[in-house]
Amino acid sequence: MEELNIFIKSIFIDNMIFAYFLGMCSFLAVSKNVKTALGLGIAVTFMLVVTIPINYLLDKYVLQAGALTWLSPTLADVDLSFLGLIMFIAVIASGTQLVEMAVEKFSPSLYASLGIFLPLIAVNCAILGGALFMQQKSFDSAWTATVYGAGSGIGWLLAIVGLAAIREKIAYSNIPAPLRGVGITFIITGLMGIAFMSFMGIKLG
Amino acid sequence: MLSKRNKEVLFNPLSKDNPVLVQILGICSTLAVTVKLEPAIVMGLSVITVMAFSNVIISLIRKTIPTTIRIIVQLVVVAALVIVVQQFLVAYDYDVSLQLNVFIGLIITNCILMGRLEAFALNNKPWPSFLDGVGNGLGYMLILVIVAFFRELLGSGTLLGYQVIPQWCYDHGYMDNGMMILPPMALITVACIIWVQRARNKDLQEQA
Repeated sequence: MEELNIFIKSIFIDNMIFAYFLGMCSFLAVSKNVKTALGLGIAVTFMLVVTIPINYLLDKYVLQAGALTWLSPTLADVDLSFLGLIMFIAVIASGTQLVEMAVEKFSPSLYASLGIFLPLIAVNCAILGGALFMQQKSFDSAWTATVYGAGSGIGWLLAIVGLAAIREKIAYSNIPAPLRGVGITFIITGLMGIAFMSFMGIKLG
Repeated sequence: MLSKRNKEVLFNPLSKDNPVLVQILGICSTLAVTVKLEPAIVMGLSVITVMAFSNVIISLIRKTIPTTIRIIVQLVVVAALVIVVQQFLVAYDYDVSLQLNVFIGLIITNCILMGRLEAFALNNKPWPSFLDGVGNGLGYMLILVIVAFFRELLGSGTLLGYQVIPQWCYDHGYMDNGMMILPPMALITVACIIWVQRARNKDLQEQA
């Protein structure tokens, strides 16, 4: 039950895009049509599901203060948490590289359709942000952390597909010249954010 | 020292080639840290520092990095610098470091950094790269400060924590606009800045 709670909460209330603005760059750049947006959304969700539990275990058994006691009791006062960032980003970068190679080998058509966006996931702040928020929320098991990762990813996917759909429609509208392209996209995102805020304050179970 | 080209490298990112408004890089942090002016300034300074030095380092070793693993090399250099900045902030400005929390860490994935490393530092000598880093950092900080100025003024009636809107206004029924503190208004503020800038620079406008 608690997992379901975290899942729903991370999709709607703590939405990566509308509540924290993470992964904004690719969100704005890749949302011109629904198909590529969907592909990128799936790739981001997948990366979150894979990297968050790995980073969780890394944080719990290597980085935190006293986390190394399982190796030997003499290491009880070792605190490696300042290395957190560099470890997380290394996991994410190598994970991206592995996923890229796997996708290229097993599904060349998906690889071709994702193209440049696959390697760019390494610098998508939604994924590093997910790892950092996971650390902050201190979940009690790797499973809960995975659920959080999946929820955040799906929330991101929903947001980018929604924006792409609106942008496909808005191509036919008469927008003031200086606002065309980026400007109007910012405003749409802002309005979508206000809409998503109606989920705030919802208490689950 | 400052030839004509170097001057362009340093000052173009402030307006015509602004990393936030024109290159659309580093949006996440622009929006997230601009509720108050003070964290915005600290964030801007941190990004300038990290950018200038990572540009110099990558530029110095640009001939020895194999292209296949350059992304990992860049990330490691940036991450090391970010950790230094983070520890420095925790030591000297603890309150602000708490407010910025994950966003200092997210400088690593700030696309301005990767973008400038890829586009400039990999092909240029250390000194122009340094100027490019400082210039783009300043351009980023400029937008951060403008957005934070309006959000703090209209949202809380203060600037840098000091009350600016006098008490008698509140006595006569003036209210702070709570909307400005909420994240979506940051997006709309940036959109307004883009609007003003593109209305003045016609060549930046996109064709429909």
